[in-house]
Amino acid sequence: MNYAWLPSSTVMFVSMFVTISLTLIGCSPESSEYQHPNGIIYCSEGNPVSFNPQLDTSGTTVDVSSHQIYDRLLDFDLVTGEIISGLASSWMTSVDGLTYTFQLRKDIAFHSTGYFTPTRSFDADDVVFSFNRWRDKNHPYHDVSGGRYPYINSVGLGDLISDIKRINRYRVEITLVRPESSFLANLATDFSIILSAEYAEKLAAAGTPDLIDTHPVGTGPFKFNSFRQDRYVRFDAHPKYWRERSTTQQLIFDITPSSSLRLAKLMTGECDSMAFPTHSQLDIIRKRKELTLDEKPGLNVGFWAFNTTRPPFDKPEVRRALAMAIDKNALMEAIYFGSAIPATSIIPPSSWAFQPDTRSSTFNPLAAAKLLRENGVEEGFSMTIWAMPVERAYNPNAMKMAELMQRYLRNVGIDANIVSYEWSTFRARLNQGLHDSVLIGWSADNGDPDNFFRPLLTCSAIDSGTNRARWCSKEYDKLIDQALNYTAQEDRAYFYSKAIELINEQMPLMPIAHAFRYQAYRDNVTGIEINPYGGIQFRNVSKQ
Amino acid sequence: MLKIILRHVSLLILTLFILSFFSFSLAYLFPGDPLVNLTGIRDSSEQGYAILAQQYAMQDSFLSQYWQYVNHLFSGNWGLSFSSGLPLAEEISRSLAASVELSAYALIVSFVVGLPLGFLAGLRHHKLTDFALLTTSVIGYSIPVFWAALIAILIFSIQLGWFPLSGRISLLYDVPYQTGFILIDILLSDLPDKEFAFKDALRHLVLPSVSIAIVTCTIVMRITRRSVVEVMSSEYIQAAYARGLSPRQVFLRHGVKNALIPILPLLVMQFTTLLTNAMIVETIFSWPGIGNGLIQAIYQRDFPAIRAGMLAVSALVLTFTITIDMVIQIFDPAGRRPENATS
Repeated sequence: MNYAWLPSSTVMFVSMFVTISLTLIGCSPESSEYQHPNGIIYCSEGNPVSFNPQLDTSGTTVDVSSHQIYDRLLDFDLVTGEIISGLASSWMTSVDGLTYTFQLRKDIAFHSTGYFTPTRSFDADDVVFSFNRWRDKNHPYHDVSGGRYPYINSVGLGDLISDIKRINRYRVEITLVRPESSFLANLATDFSIILSAEYAEKLAAAGTPDLIDTHPVGTGPFKFNSFRQDRYVRFDAHPKYWRERSTTQQLIFDITPSSSLRLAKLMTGECDSMAFPTHSQLDIIRKRKELTLDEKPGLNVGFWAFNTTRPPFDKPEVRRALAMAIDKNALMEAIYFGSAIPATSIIPPSSWAFQPDTRSSTFNPLAAAKLLRENGVEEGFSMTIWAMPVERAYNPNAMKMAELMQRYLRNVGIDANIVSYEWSTFRARLNQGLHDSVLIGWSADNGDPDNFFRPLLTCSAIDSGTNRARWCSKEYDKLIDQALNYTAQEDRAYFYSKAIELINEQMPLMPIAHAFRYQAYRDNVTGIEINPYGGIQFRNVSKQ
Repeated sequence: MLKIILRHVSLLILTLFILSFFSFSLAYLFPGDPLVNLTGIRDSSEQGYAILAQQYAMQDSFLSQYWQYVNHLFSGNWGLSFSSGLPLAEEISRSLAASVELSAYALIVSFVVGLPLGFLAGLRHHKLTDFALLTTSVIGYSIPVFWAALIAILIFSIQLGWFPLSGRISLLYDVPYQTGFILIDILLSDLPDKEFAFKDALRHLVLPSVSIAIVTCTIVMRITRRSVVEVMSSEYIQAAYARGLSPRQVFLRHGVKNALIPILPLLVMQFTTLLTNAMIVETIFSWPGIGNGLIQAIYQRDFPAIRAGMLAVSALVLTFTITIDMVIQIFDPAGRRPENATS
């Protein structure tokens, strides 16, 4: 048959043309007329548990809520770490250190959203409401959304405050039970946010008080728009924000749990910035022209804690010998790829309480073996190293670190078994004290050194689950408490240096590393700064 | 015709009934309390639990429990998701719409590409063009859909930066949910930058729909090719030539229609294959469809979501298949369908 009328090439071209034009309709990538609406997309690592950081300490919740939706009375200067004014324009401390008076700013607008229109601006009632919510167990909002305030309880802020008074509309007075110099720093943390009392009243009247934590209202630079689980959190700019902020109209948290997908989206421009680049991704990011990687020393410490309530780890000599058996420098190279500095104490060098001349344990397997035998730990002794199943800034790969340590311990005649569970089970079992030793760490919530010393090693922190060594020393507790009685840094530093000496001598834990913090973003984005004290801030972020 | 309709409707009802019964019994087969598995409501107070137990007739016989369950299904009460706490009926209808949308666009791409190529191969039977197209189709058919998707991402998203690799539209566009079909929703919306949003949504569609369409396109091409070959060598075509018609006239007047009639229903049936492939591709492209939703539900052991998701997908596939089969039988009672898709 003759199909000469059917030029094959023509038909092929026609069909190809149809295909290509169909697939390429609208794909004129980055042409001059093609413009996205004004907004920043941040690829975050998970769903927030709540939109109120008072209720949850996880970094994911804090990142989404604390600095986007809310303000605090006080803030930290991200560069110097000093406490600066926030919603309180100034504050006074009484001579006895017991009474703090805060002068509040005027005409600070709360968010006007689809579900709430404020009739008044921020005032003393909002401060009293926000603080009483976690402080007063009889407060109508105390038990709303579970009634747990983990950070505030762990630092004992609720028990520290004896009274909060409204002096006048723009003046609040807080009285403490005892003087404590970390009080102001705690008010500047991500957790001491100010809620709207007027909104709370409205919700209580409507019988839906829970909405205060799911449909939040604050004074922050962005107001909540919507949240879809596993998809996104959408914020709009707060047009009446009181501080200077970028002209970004939208802020979107694109929830992307896989770190490789986050990086891929950053490369294609679907994200403007990404959360937690892994150490193996850092080089890839550095090599891409269109991406920027910022790094800063983090206020954190990764350590190996011994369960001091279990023999033979109740003996300081045994703990020191174990610390001597490990080559910290080898861990630095194998685990952190140069993205951390070795730790000599639990305090990172960026803190003013850091003691540069601290003598840390030195690697000496022969001396370690000798010391172990002298203290009754015989060849072939078996112990467990618990390794976190998750990646954390202070320890990106606890499992691998445990494997390396296993080899070092074998050299001193110790047979170490690695134990790991799913993360929530891991923490629950750790709280029961079922471990011999554990590889874990701590990231600071504020710039105050008390935030390291108190939660990590005081007796009361055993119950709240942050003292992984379960170490209790009256002498240490006294030093930490005494430090807070003074306000001058030199005075406090003296007590902290004593505390560091004590830790080195007793070795309830072996500090390993202070890791850097990283922030990856596209090069057309400006204003992203690493916040050493916790949550990310988007107030000044804009895109060209 | 009435007989055909009755037969199909009764088949549909019976199968849906079996499906719903299976889905109901899953609540007992999954670990945990059946009532919690059915409703997704954990942590309820004793009183709340008692009310729920009464609603779902938990104290009564198995059959009346099932009857209550079916009632709840029809009233749109599909229970709550364990992980998000949101009503499943809404979640699933949203994600199902996204999956159907993706499959529909992939089907269009397959037709637009596969049909002309199939005709071409059929008309050039056993010539170079035919062999070339057949070879290409074998390659296309052999590539696993997830592999094609990953390669597409690697080349067109990460290396060339032409297309985005996740989602249905840039999150900067806040398109209000109306029909669940993103392109239609954009057109219905009052977004100020509708045109850009539409383009953006199209760009998001390209890679996932093309990845899915590769396999279906080869199937369409092969079915068409075979049908064309059969039709063009049939006696009435020879008779048409004998009447002195030109090849072009023969093809356009007799060939196209006769080749298309038997294959169109078969091609529509490809929709279910597409839906299955779409569910795989969704997870790769983070497309918020039912496949992606089910995978997440499985990861999180979200039993109510798994159960309701499975029921929704299988009900959709069943309804679609049986309806199409019914329509085919009504319009083409002789059942002139090639049985084998790949000859």
